[in-house]
Amino acid sequence: MPNLTRRSFGLLVGAGATSLALPYYARAQGKPKVVVIGGGAGGATAARYMAKDAGEDLDVTLIEANPAYSTCFFSNLYLGGFRDFDSITHGYDTLSSNYGITVVNGMADAVDRDAKMVVMADGSKVPYDRLVVSPGIDLIYDSVPGYSEEAAEIMPHSWKAGPQTQLLKAKLDAIENGQQIVMVAPPNQYRCPPGPYERVSMMAHILKSKGLNDSKIVIIDPKPKFSKQALFQEGWDKHYPGMIEWYGPDVHGGIVKVDASTGEVETDLDTFQGDLVNVIPAQKAGMIASKAALTNDSGFCAIDPASMRSKEDDSIFIIGDACIAGDMPKSGFSANSQAKVAAMTIRGDLTGSRVFPAKYSNTCWSLIETNDGVKVGAQYAPTDEKIASTSKFISQTGEDAGLRQATYEESIGWYKGITTDMFGA
Amino acid sequence: MDQKQDKAERPYADFPTLRNAAWARARKWIAGATFLLTVPAMASDGDPIKGEKLFKACKACHQVGANARNGVGPHLDGLFERPAGTLEGFKYSSAMKKLGSDGMVWNEFSLDLYLEKPREYVPGTRMSYRGMPDRQDRTHIIAYLRELSKAEPASEPEPETVTPEMGAVAMQIDGDMAYGEYLSSECVTCHQVSGRADGIPSIIGWPKKPFIRALFEYKTNVRSHQVMQNMTVNLGNEEIAALAAYFGSIDPQ
Repeated sequence: MPNLTRRSFGLLVGAGATSLALPYYARAQGKPKVVVIGGGAGGATAARYMAKDAGEDLDVTLIEANPAYSTCFFSNLYLGGFRDFDSITHGYDTLSSNYGITVVNGMADAVDRDAKMVVMADGSKVPYDRLVVSPGIDLIYDSVPGYSEEAAEIMPHSWKAGPQTQLLKAKLDAIENGQQIVMVAPPNQYRCPPGPYERVSMMAHILKSKGLNDSKIVIIDPKPKFSKQALFQEGWDKHYPGMIEWYGPDVHGGIVKVDASTGEVETDLDTFQGDLVNVIPAQKAGMIASKAALTNDSGFCAIDPASMRSKEDDSIFIIGDACIAGDMPKSGFSANSQAKVAAMTIRGDLTGSRVFPAKYSNTCWSLIETNDGVKVGAQYAPTDEKIASTSKFISQTGEDAGLRQATYEESIGWYKGITTDMFGA
Repeated sequence: MDQKQDKAERPYADFPTLRNAAWARARKWIAGATFLLTVPAMASDGDPIKGEKLFKACKACHQVGANARNGVGPHLDGLFERPAGTLEGFKYSSAMKKLGSDGMVWNEFSLDLYLEKPREYVPGTRMSYRGMPDRQDRTHIIAYLRELSKAEPASEPEPETVTPEMGAVAMQIDGDMAYGEYLSSECVTCHQVSGRADGIPSIIGWPKKPFIRALFEYKTNVRSHQVMQNMTVNLGNEEIAALAAYFGSIDPQ
């Protein structure tokens, strides 16, 4: 779609000519409408940037199912006892009061793309000129045979922060010496590549700090390798010797099924028994994306790498975990970065503001043990095919303790920074 | 001890804005010092020669001595007995300005507490320094500042000269503010636009020259920080000048 000025956009939607004859308040109601579905790292950032930068020129609505948002990032630090749950939970009041965003607390059920309306679960309709879809992930429970939404009450996934995270924390804190934890790690593509392994580190931290030295954590992984593997395995050997066992598919031979009633994880090699079993199944874009027919066979949404615009619909942008972002991992940092490109492009579409070349970045910090933080990150730029990495870095094995502590402290600064960038101040 | 004398020896007796923990610590410490010495004179324990060496960690941002100027941080001439956050021409955090307007002045006590844990003593400060845990080190540096800060600061701000060093081309570019604002969106995921330094440095309100120099030093790996090296590697002169213009224009909150 070519860049539109505000006026030409008005003419396109057939409102421009008449709106000029209307009194001010009526014209104000006719200003371009942007609706954002999902108030996480992608959606909250996109809404805030559009409202902040376009001022009175755009009408921004944010639809979010939950009254407050608990960040998946840093939820492992809650499991490890480094943060309390309140500190990773954020409300939407500032976005509403300081930025003039209309926050709708409800579930988006469908998108009528022809009429440009979001249909809410209660039947109400929210019209848009541009729509940002940022629903995060949905879990494919049956990707692990025997697993289900009901089984998740016993074998929590805790891959969406909230009650599931608190359930896992309660079960972790109840582990007694000699009891075993089993994690079924997810296959690619999934939210937060280092997340499962940081989680295991935090579980081990709890076991170690409580002196539960006869307990073990077993990871059954469908992947032959994982993010920051050398860093995690070095850290596990150093801090938690003999406590963590990781089995790739060449060892366990495949996951046959899980059984919530017995706590068993059956593989081709053996059956593992867990007093706590954390099953992280395969993932796909949040349901609204597939209901709106924005997903492809991968379960995620194809986008234009230069703008985050849907390949299926010029009026829709998909950001965060739900989109296919090329070399970018599914992370809160990535979603926040993509949101800024989408917000800039939408403002260009609707208000004629300047549009600059898209650039993206990501950094993922992980905590292995107290004051032992590591990170991985990259810069990205759009090519014709995908969002491609242009430069990258990763923490090194054998780094000194001072650098690791600085990395951890930096991650705390980042958390404060990104949550302020998402929810405003 | 009558109340008037009590106050004179405990300069924070009426000082309400410290966070409780820091305040409790300060009171305990001051009470101890007062008991032992009656007239607090801790800087007399300090060695200004050792302090000069320690001050190297501060020099990238703070000038002190004859002709000192404001840089990334305020110059430190005339520091003692100056109310906090009141030096003309420097963009202080609102937290620091509030302390000054509440009556806090810089002296051995306040400097000692601030230097120990800057972010704890002045929540919201722009100063990114993590703190100096060793009390003896702090007495040295305070003794050094006590000597050097008697000098006269420069009367004029530093001219923005172009020198044949890194960043010279970017220095000559009039940064595109709108472009800088877009590019800044990548930075503010970590560096808060309010100027608060909560574990990640404040980068707003810097003069153009040190801002540009810092980015070039990351870009050329003179400064070692993986994230910043990676963030700057693809920035050209236009981008760096735009970022310097935009961040330089922001007032702290």
